[in-house]
Order: sequence, then C-alpha cells, then structure tokens
Amino acid sequence: MSCIQTIADYGLRSVGIGERLLPRSDFTMCQQFTLIGSGMIWNLYFGILALLAGFFLATTLAVAKNSDRAIFRKPAEWFIFLFRGSPLFIQFFLAYEAFAMLPRAGFPILGITVATDWITRAWAGALIVLFFNTSAYAAEIFYGALRSVPKGDMEAADAYGMTGWTKFRRVTWPTMLRLGWPSYTNEAIFLFHATTLVFFSGFPAFRQEGDALYYAKYFADKTFNPFIPYPIAAFYFILLTLCVIAVFGVINRRLNRHLPQESRKRFRFRPQIIR
Amino acid sequence: MFYGSFGIVLILLAVTAPVALIFGFGGALAARSSAAPLRFLGRGYIAMVRGVPDIIFFLFVPIAMDQGLEYLKSRAVCPDPGPAWTGNEFHVCASAKIPLGTAPQFYHEAYGFALAVVAFSIVYGAFAANVLFGAMQAVPRAQLETAEAYGMTRAQVNRRVLIPQMWAYAIPGLSNLWMILIKATPLLFLLGIEDIVYWARELGATKSSIYAYPHPDWRLYYFLVLLVFYLVMTKLSEIVLARINRRLAFGQATAAGEALRKADA
Repeated sequence: MSCIQTIADYGLRSVGIGERLLPRSDFTMCQQFTLIGSGMIWNLYFGILALLAGFFLATTLAVAKNSDRAIFRKPAEWFIFLFRGSPLFIQFFLAYEAFAMLPRAGFPILGITVATDWITRAWAGALIVLFFNTSAYAAEIFYGALRSVPKGDMEAADAYGMTGWTKFRRVTWPTMLRLGWPSYTNEAIFLFHATTLVFFSGFPAFRQEGDALYYAKYFADKTFNPFIPYPIAAFYFILLTLCVIAVFGVINRRLNRHLPQESRKRFRFRPQIIR
Repeated sequence: MFYGSFGIVLILLAVTAPVALIFGFGGALAARSSAAPLRFLGRGYIAMVRGVPDIIFFLFVPIAMDQGLEYLKSRAVCPDPGPAWTGNEFHVCASAKIPLGTAPQFYHEAYGFALAVVAFSIVYGAFAANVLFGAMQAVPRAQLETAEAYGMTRAQVNRRVLIPQMWAYAIPGLSNLWMILIKATPLLFLLGIEDIVYWARELGATKSSIYAYPHPDWRLYYFLVLLVFYLVMTKLSEIVLARINRRLAFGQATAAGEALRKADA
C-alpha cells in the first residue's frame, strides 16, 4: 500500500472518515505519521474552540475579580481558585462522572425532552471542562494585567471625559490585553498541550477516534517500541507550538503598534506544563 | 486502600521534590559551567524537556527506562542474547526480566513506582534547572566580584556566595513548580500505579468487588473528595510558601527585602 493511499485512508480517521479498522500489524512509518497527525485534528478542535470561548469568559472573570463589590468579586475568586487549584485530570474525571449521572433518556423541560447523551461524549463534555479551565487560568493572567494598567493611562482617560464602558473599551481593555498578552500566549500553548489529557481521563474514545497521543499510545502498545510514536507526537506538538507563537506574535505586534520598538513587551516562552 | 493511596501521593511528592531539585541543581550548574560539553549538556537537557508536552514524557520515560534496563541486563545474564527488538516485539529471556516474573507482587509495584518517580524527576528536574539557572543569573554581579576580590576560587564563590543568595530569587519559581507538581500527581494513574484515581474508580464503580453489598455509582463522590483534597493541598502550600518567601527575603537586597526592613523599623 502506497503512502498516498494510507493518507487517503487514515488522514481523517480520527473524525470517522475513511478506513474503519486501524492497522493491526506491520506498521509503517507512514501509517504512524498519518494516524497521529489525524489525531491532531482533535487537539486543534479542543484547543481552538476552548481558547476562543474562554477568552470572553476570562475577560469577564478578570473584571469581576477586580471589582470592588463582593457580590461580583467572590464568585469570580472562587471559580478561579476551583479550576486553578485542582488538577485538570481530576476535573475531567469528575465532569465525566457528573455528566454520566444525568438521566440517560434526557429530561423534559416545558414539554421538550432535552437530550443528555451528547454531553458525556468527549467532543462536548471535555470541551466544556477545557473551556472553564482555560477561562480560569486566563482570567488570573488578565486580572494581573488589569492590576498593572498604568495609573496615568486611566487618569488621561478621565481627563478626556471618558467614563464607564467607553473608558473600559478604549483604554483599560486594550492596555490589559497588551500587558497580559505574552503570558496569555504561554497559556494558549499549554492549553493545546493539555488537550492530550482528554482521552486519558474519564472520556472514552468513541470508535477508536482519539487524539494524537491516543494513537501514539496505540502504536506504542502494539509495537512495544516507544521510540517511534512518541517522538512523532512530540514533533507535531512542537510544530503546533510554533504556529501558536506565530499567530499570537502577529496579534501582539498589533496590540503594541503605537509603542516605540524597545518598550514593547516581548513574548518569552515560559512553559508552565501541567495544570 | 483508598486512604493508603493518599499516602502514595504524599510519598511521591516527598521523594520527587528533592530528587528533582538535585537534577535541577545539576542541570543549572552544568548549564553555567565553563566547560563547553558540560554546558551544552545542561542547556540541551533544559531545552529538550521544556519544548515537548510533559505527558508524552510520562508515557515515554518509564517504558524506555524499563526496556533499556532489561536490555542491559539481558546482555549480562542471558546465555544467548539475541536482538531484543525483533519486528513488533520486545523480547528478553526470563532471567533478565525486571523484576523477575517469580518475584512477589510487591516488587512489581515498587518497581513501577520507582520508574514513575524517575520520570517525574527527569521532567521536573528540567523545570527546576531552568528556575535555578535564572536565579543564579539574577544574583547581582557585584556580589560575586566582591567574593573574587577576596581571593576566593570559583568553587568557593559558588558555595559561599552564589548558592546562599540564589534561593531568594529561586523561591517564587520553585513554589510555582511545587504547585504544578502537586497537580501532576494524578497522572500516576496513567503509569499504571494504583493511586487515588485508580481506587476512586475501582471503589466507586457499581461492580466493585471490594464491598460485599451492591451500591449505586459512587464515583462522582469519590472524585469530589479528590477535588477537595487537591484544593486543600494547594491552599496549605500557598500559606506555607508565603511564610518561607518572607523568611528568605529577609536581609536581601531586593524590593521584598527592603519592604521587610521598613516594616521592622
């Protein structure tokens, strides 16, 4: 079987398109590269959606945590502590068990039966957990940035007669993003790394459609040789990390475009690894 | 057993933290060394582990270590050691298995645990090395020059000035690392250790054979207990580390040290 054929068969295997049966023996390098790469689709899916949705919740939480009113501040503080203080791994298990306890058949609300089976599946359940998790981490970053918005900037905004929403949207928020962006880049990288945990926690892989690490482990288990699949997975993740750095770098340049070259905040790769 | 598994987590933390610190210390000193090969080794170690998702290491290191050790042992004890990796299999003769197939269960578990500790130490050692390397760079140059002016050798400067002063700069990074390490412990489950996640699943499941009577699915409650356990651990560590931080900042030429001095005066 040629390599093109393998790619056609297994390139989209992780989303259920193409050959159903996984290779069982005589694994070629091409098969390993293709299947592990196909698994990356899941990592991208979880990472990108959680990041996009999490960005908004994180901003809200950061503002709430910075609020003077305890009624906003306390819930935000507890949310952030809950998700940052416990391992993501446990959160996945807990969420899965909680979702699995919902009645199988769905429950009726206002005459309509709300289905519950989709939420125990990884694509929805794990995404929810990752969304809350990244929101909590990013909220802490944005909160720190919010605290360090220069006093002078705020006073200048006051002097222009800006108040409330206008002031937040035009001064506070852009400055917060600018200051927090390098750390947020790191958070994004580690969110992508964290997506590898999904299929190793409570969430089962449906019809052997898993992420990159799931297939890497599959090969390692079958061949008893960890020296090929894991480095392949690592290679894909290094590529992904470089892409994230590039995209976030473009945004960073845009956020800093009004500043002189040398006073811009630079991104530094600071792995935080596990969460 | 469920309670005992909390002990396993605590043992892992207690063993890994110092070992990783030693790895990190070695890595940081090697990265600072004036001998080029040693320096490349130290820098390479730090860069390699930091660039790749940690879970890959946790899955990779124990298997690689296990196979490597068994391969070496097979060279030594097997009467006719063939190539170990043939096709899709890894084969060594029975007397080269670690631990031996006839060994009691306890040794198998202990060996698995030891491999897990090594994997954790290698990964966290690299992170610790990075923190310590940064801290060593942060010690003011003037302090080291003064020590040199007193005629101390390089080793003496390291031992008497650099290392004692480094801690104040390293503590924020190290405390961060400690938090991360706490949160990494449930990954033991992935390595096949019977840790708290394993027992929570086992005891909570409907078909648990441990209890004589049937019970509904309790896994949710077991995992809630775990969640609270980790939250408490995190909170306690935060409090203790804040104390240590305050203690170490005392008398240092840093902003925190200055604030302490003013508070006392």
